[in-house]
Order: sequence, then C-alpha cells, then structure tokens
Amino acid sequence: MQDLAIKDLLYKLADDQLILGHRNSEWTGMGPMLEEDIAFSSMAQDKLGHSLAFYTLLHELGEGEPDTVAFMRNADQFHNCQLTELPIGEYDFSLIRHFLFDNAESLRFESLSQSSHEGIARIATKLKGEVKYHVLHGNTMVKQLGSATEESITRMQEALDYALPFALGIFEPSKYEQELIDAGIYVGEAAIQKEWENRISAVLAKTSLKLPDFSTITPVYGGRYGQHTEHLQPLLDEMAEVFKLDPTAEW
Amino acid sequence: MTVEQIREFLEEVKDPEIPVLSLNDLGVITGIELNPDGFVTVRMTPTFAGCPAMDYMRAEVEQSLRKHGIEAFEVVMSFDEPWNSNNLSEKGRQALKDFGLAPPQPYQGILDLEILEYATCPNCQSENTEMRTPFGPTLCRSMHYCNDCRQMFEQFKPL
Repeated sequence: MQDLAIKDLLYKLADDQLILGHRNSEWTGMGPMLEEDIAFSSMAQDKLGHSLAFYTLLHELGEGEPDTVAFMRNADQFHNCQLTELPIGEYDFSLIRHFLFDNAESLRFESLSQSSHEGIARIATKLKGEVKYHVLHGNTMVKQLGSATEESITRMQEALDYALPFALGIFEPSKYEQELIDAGIYVGEAAIQKEWENRISAVLAKTSLKLPDFSTITPVYGGRYGQHTEHLQPLLDEMAEVFKLDPTAEW
Repeated sequence: MTVEQIREFLEEVKDPEIPVLSLNDLGVITGIELNPDGFVTVRMTPTFAGCPAMDYMRAEVEQSLRKHGIEAFEVVMSFDEPWNSNNLSEKGRQALKDFGLAPPQPYQGILDLEILEYATCPNCQSENTEMRTPFGPTLCRSMHYCNDCRQMFEQFKPL
C-alpha cells in the first residue's frame, strides 16, 4: 500500500516539473526581453532536470524508463495540477503562474528534504537550493510589475485572479494523504498550502495587487487524478512528436 | 596504481563550459575507489540537476580512465553527496576569477537571499555590485552589475 502512496507522490512531483518545464520552454526565443527569455529557458531546463530525478527514482521503484514514462503516456495518466498545463498566454500570466507554483514547490522540497523516505529526501535536498533561484526571480518580478504602471498592475491583477483557483489545485489532497503523513514521508498538502498562503501574501503585500481571501476561492481540482483541461493532450503530442517517430532510437 | 594517481589523471578533465576549471576543483567527483582486483569506481554528482554538460563530463572521465590503461571501471552519477558551491576548491575559485567569472561566496548553514545576491566584481574587486538576474548563459551562472567599473559580469552561482 505504501508503495502506491509513494509512487503517487513521485508522479505528481515529476509531472508538475515536466509539464511546467515544457510550458516555460515555449518562451525560448519569445521572451519580452532577453533576461526573461533566458530566465524562462533556464527554469525550463532546471525543471526538466528535476522531473528526470523523480522519474529516475520511480524507475528504481519498478516503473518504466524515464523517457517512456515522460513521452508515452496520455493526458489522463498524468498527475500534474492543471495550473502547470495552461497555455503560456501573455507574459503576465506566465509570470504569475511561475510565482505561485515555485513558492509552493520550494516549500514542498524544503519539507521533503526531511522525508523519512531516503530517496525522496536525497533528491529534495539537492533541488531545494536550485528552486530558490526560481523563487527569487518570481518574487522580484512580481514585486516590480505589481507596483509599476497602471497597465502592469491591471494586467498582473487579472492574471492573479485567473490563476489563483488553479494554484489552489496544486494542493489537491491525494487519496494517500494520511498514510504519507503517518509514515513521515510527506507533511501533506494542507500544511504546505498554509505556509504557501503566508509566503505569497507577504510578497503581494509589497505590491499594489489585491489578494482575495483564500476561503472565497473555489480550487480547481482533478489534475492529481488524471482529469485535465483540453490543453494538456496537445502539449503532450507536441512534446513527444520527435520521440514517437522512433522510440528505440539511440540519441 | 593508487587512488591519488587516478585523481591526478582526472585533473585533465575540465568543465566543458569553463575550460580552466577541472572537475576535481569543481568538486563534482565525490569519490574514487580502487578494489584489490583493480576495479575502479568513480563517483560523480551534478552541479545542477538539469545541467546538460554532465553526460559529457562523465564521458570525458571514462575516456581519461581508458587512456590511462584502466579497463575495469564504472562511473556512478548520484545525489548521494549532493554538490554545493562550497565544494569548489581554492584553486578552482582562483581559476574562475582568472577566467573573469566571480566565484560563489562560501557560506555556512542555510543559503539565504543575501548570499545569492552578493558578488565581488571579478574585474575591479568591488563589492558595490547588484544582481541583475539569477539566470545567465548556463544554469550555474547568474548576471550581476558592478556599480564601480560599470560592467556586467557573471557569477558562478552559490548553491
């Protein structure tokens, strides 16, 4: 039973990284300025590396090869939260998504570095330092654009209002929640969400952006159980297009 | 053959992005073991998990071992001893400076924001600098600006 719980946890971590990593990579060559183009491209590369670390651990636990698992599944087999699969939209949305997601991811990795599961703790210990740079970037840009011009504030506010219900979907509880908590493997989504609310509130308080009361937002759930928006399957088709030409090719 | 000799052979393997920096000085070779039967195990760990140069570095290590007549070996890549920037040797830090890259500030305990943003200008040694963006030409470099010599420069990121 615990085996299933651990794999469920690993799949959601890995799939979040892979899907958001792919979305971030769509800014390569398209960023609104060179530094942001490089930032999103670098975060894409980091996140693919992070997903590989978790897929590799899954493989050690008996799941398929990382490439097969990443490229050969259909949308309903993915455990990423829906926030990560939404199209990149305008830069304001991509920035807000990255800010909301990476603050959560940083807390998740910090917490998992203390996990009773050695393999997970080892990876989280490695990754938590890398994600600090993503958080630093997200917080800095949100603070700047969230208090700059009327247009930037309006755009950021609209992006925030749109993204928040999806962001709460990051913390959709799994059916193994209590089991993972009892075994000391993971502190559970509720604990991470609470801390996340504090962290993003503290950053947004330094801007002109308004954060609605979290209790008034209905979270968009489903992603952790394979229910996705219409945007995920086309992303997967594009991501796996070359791999599927010849899955046995040597690279 | 001794472990020290093998480490000496591997001195020729450099970071492909920073050709003045050996993998020994970078600190990514976390262990070398020599079995009585002559079997060699080299343990490595990536700087950044997504670093695309790691496979290349691993292949270079394998090539170097073969070149020195070692046939029975394995190179194991793992997070068992995760890399952090304090693993960079003094010689490595000097090599980075000579190359025009600011070395990462050594730190104790938790890596906090002040350490991420701090850098000494490799051109004029000024500490009056600011981070422009935490992302640069490779995953392990950030971009900074020196307020004294008014030059952009790169730093090898503290991690």
